[in-house]
Amino acid sequence: MKNILEYLETAAKNYPDKIGFTDMDRAASFLQVMKHSKRIAGSLQNCEANSPVAVMLDKNIQCIESMFAAVYAGCFYVVIDVHSPASRISRIFETLSPKAVITDETFLTLAQSVHEKDTIILYEEAVKNPIDEVFIDEVRERMIDTDPLYVLFTSGSSGVPKGAVLSHRSVISYINWVSEEFAFHSATIFGSQTPLYFSMSVTDLYSTIKCGGTYSIIPKTLFSFPVKLIEYLNRKQVNTIYWVPSAMAIISNWNVFSYAMPEYLKTILFAGEVMPVKHLNYWRGFLPDCSYANLFGPTETTDICTFYRIERPFQDNETLPIGKACNNCNVFLLNENGRKAGIGEEGELIVRGSFLADGYYNDPEKTAAAFPQNPLNSSYPERIYRTGDIARLNEKGEFIYISRRDLQIKRMGYRIEPGEIEAAVNSLEDIKASTVIYDDAADHIIVLYDGKCRDTSEIAAVLKTKLPSYMCPDRLIRVKTMPYNANGKIDRAQLKKQYIG
Amino acid sequence: MKQTTQQLLKLLQELNPDITYEGRTDLFTSGDLDSISIVMLVPELNDTFDIEIKVTDIIPENFNSMEGMLSMIQRLQNEAE
Repeated sequence: MKNILEYLETAAKNYPDKIGFTDMDRAASFLQVMKHSKRIAGSLQNCEANSPVAVMLDKNIQCIESMFAAVYAGCFYVVIDVHSPASRISRIFETLSPKAVITDETFLTLAQSVHEKDTIILYEEAVKNPIDEVFIDEVRERMIDTDPLYVLFTSGSSGVPKGAVLSHRSVISYINWVSEEFAFHSATIFGSQTPLYFSMSVTDLYSTIKCGGTYSIIPKTLFSFPVKLIEYLNRKQVNTIYWVPSAMAIISNWNVFSYAMPEYLKTILFAGEVMPVKHLNYWRGFLPDCSYANLFGPTETTDICTFYRIERPFQDNETLPIGKACNNCNVFLLNENGRKAGIGEEGELIVRGSFLADGYYNDPEKTAAAFPQNPLNSSYPERIYRTGDIARLNEKGEFIYISRRDLQIKRMGYRIEPGEIEAAVNSLEDIKASTVIYDDAADHIIVLYDGKCRDTSEIAAVLKTKLPSYMCPDRLIRVKTMPYNANGKIDRAQLKKQYIG
Repeated sequence: MKQTTQQLLKLLQELNPDITYEGRTDLFTSGDLDSISIVMLVPELNDTFDIEIKVTDIIPENFNSMEGMLSMIQRLQNEAE
């Protein structure tokens, strides 16, 4: 197998009329999605091999068809969050230089504000193209499994988002593990919560086309109306979910299961942030017969590198282990001396194997830093990925997550580098310095700044145009002077003590 | 009643000052009062009006207009008595 489209084509052959995808407006079969994708690919014939195609669409079947279209045309796709500010999209495009942008009428104006008109492709038009099988066959013939499939941008500490490059081979290797581990099959119906520009979506989407299951997109608004959310899950007969803990917490915080119960759920997987056991226990109390697993991993290892099946009771105040490495994935801990950490010893989580991204797009420096030679191997070239996460091994050989080595905030499943927020604040006139601290208990991003401007609502308004909403601070506090430590760096610890306690 | 309306308007404006709330019946359906806003609004409403919004109250109909929110608030206040 050399190309993920083989999954789609096999599904279209084995289950042509089966509904493989549903969104708010549509239900589409594998065959229909395949045909649409091939049609749209016709508009991308001028894009060079392995070049980037940006997809600027909401999370719906059109978006998925556009993603596959890029691959049919021999390119790779980059899904853009259309609800993030144009300035952030522009920064991504500076790094990416997409050869084409696929969008629709809704987002055409946005697309035109960040990309030249000539290579903006409208879904509504492209989906009417005839299918050029000769072109498609030529593309497939020359493509190889190490060709890039997508680039996913994640928050960067210098303020610039990093684009992790994933090849067909990595995704195929990863999907082989996840679909086998959780026994996904043609009757699996995913209720998908995570956006398509987020690595968790890779798991449900590609498992669906590999196994001939169903990928049911949950309209985001339903997460604000929890009872309607359950009704939706039942209408679609969702039996498998893979959500971020914050989404699951909505259910427990509202005691939704006392009013409405999911009737078909069997498999409940979660990842993206630490799962507070209190929420898990609520779910387990109402759905004791479902199987639960905590999955862990960065975008740079496709999605997941370790996992832990929940098979015993946990107290609300306990921490869930992140478990053991996935089959065909190697995970170990390196201590400060660059040696393997012993049982109970803290170390940085390192990942080895074919789930790894190739690196960051157009960023050799960050790539070299994050994907160096394996320090335990001096015999032949072998890359590892340094996650920047600190963990330890318990006596059972399970990894226990401790914290980020740096100060990245994980909130609602998003990875937020304080640096990106600070960069946005610092870019404002009259701001001398700023620091982001995170109040864990209140889940608040607090920005402390040193600057002339006293009108915090004005600053907040400007930040809204520079940062996606999940990165905008909850509190903006003006400090008289910013404290610095002996190294000359802003004394975060002191600020944290002063403002959070 | 007017005081409740004022308090509600203040809360809504704190949440998002850029939106016009009065006289509208499409706050949610237009996308102005989005997912996150509603999730954040509910605890504020509970605190300010000393009510307990139940999950079955969290439906689009109750949040599409100020009138909708006010009548929900009043109903919950009456139920508590």
